[in-house]
Amino acid sequence: MKISKICELLAAKVICGETQNNVQIEKGYSSDLMSDVLTLDTDNLLLITGMCNLQTIRTAEMADIRFIVFVRNKKLTDEMLELAKEHGICIMESPFTMFKASGILFKEGLKPVY
Amino acid sequence: MELDFSIEGGDFTQAGQASSRVKKVLKQLGVDAKCIKSIVIALYEAEVNVVAHAYKGQIHIQIDKDKIQTLITDEGPGIPDIAMAMTEGFSTASKKVREMGFGAGMGLPNIKKNTDELKIDSVVGQSTTVSMVNYF
Ligand SMILES: Nc1ncnc2c1ncn2[C@@H]1O[C@H](COP(=O)(O)OP(=O)(O)OP(=O)(O)O)[C@@H](O)[C@H]1O
Ligand SMILES: [Mg+2]
Repeated sequence: MKISKICELLAAKVICGETQNNVQIEKGYSSDLMSDVLTLDTDNLLLITGMCNLQTIRTAEMADIRFIVFVRNKKLTDEMLELAKEHGICIMESPFTMFKASGILFKEGLKPVY
Repeated sequence: MELDFSIEGGDFTQAGQASSRVKKVLKQLGVDAKCIKSIVIALYEAEVNVVAHAYKGQIHIQIDKDKIQTLITDEGPGIPDIAMAMTEGFSTASKKVREMGFGAGMGLPNIKKNTDELKIDSVVGQSTTVSMVNYF
């Protein structure tokens, strides 16, 4: 699924990493628990989360996650944005709940990690 | 090559700085991407553990042609039962740590999974030492 499609489905705004609009994503993972995110071996993953702090970006950096959707209109701090830009992480903001965002993407064919 | 870092307990804004730096260095050295991911995940988990559970710590890293050796020593409460701490789901993390998205008791098992050699020593009430080796 293309990033542009994901944005359309989730009424999401791309906050940084607009250049990756045409990248295809295969799988999604929804969690507020960075402990869990760090145990994944999957590449080319979209992280859907409501945990909006610097450690979310750090975790993505370490786990080679290049795409994050923050749900429920969580706003990034400048520090988070800077770190995301530095590591080429594409960030989207959606007004939907994690349940709704995940449900829509699943229905449209984004695959679960397991 | 040798790298040294210090970690402040409780300071989540800095957790991951060492891992980030090491990731850059390994990339520059041309280490395989999968291998880099394992190394930095293990290091990041260990770094977050010092921030979450100890007062302060030191990281010493030695990179050779074929491997990376990491030693993380901290001053802190120590781990009374290491075998128990290694089990998935065991955690004594504070509410503050949980609010940051950590504290599920997955870190130590994840370090084990992502390293070729792992040794943990601890003196209760004093310190914990985590020693990890990954071969490229
Ligand atoms: N450096 C340390 N100093 C003192 N205790 C530690 C240290 N590292 C781990 N522990 C103890 O071992 C437990 C398990 O650690 P582990 O990393 O597996 O889980 P966690 O840190 O609680 O949560 P998670 O890693 O999933 O975010 C901790 O809750 C803590 O009691
Ligand atoms: Mg941990």
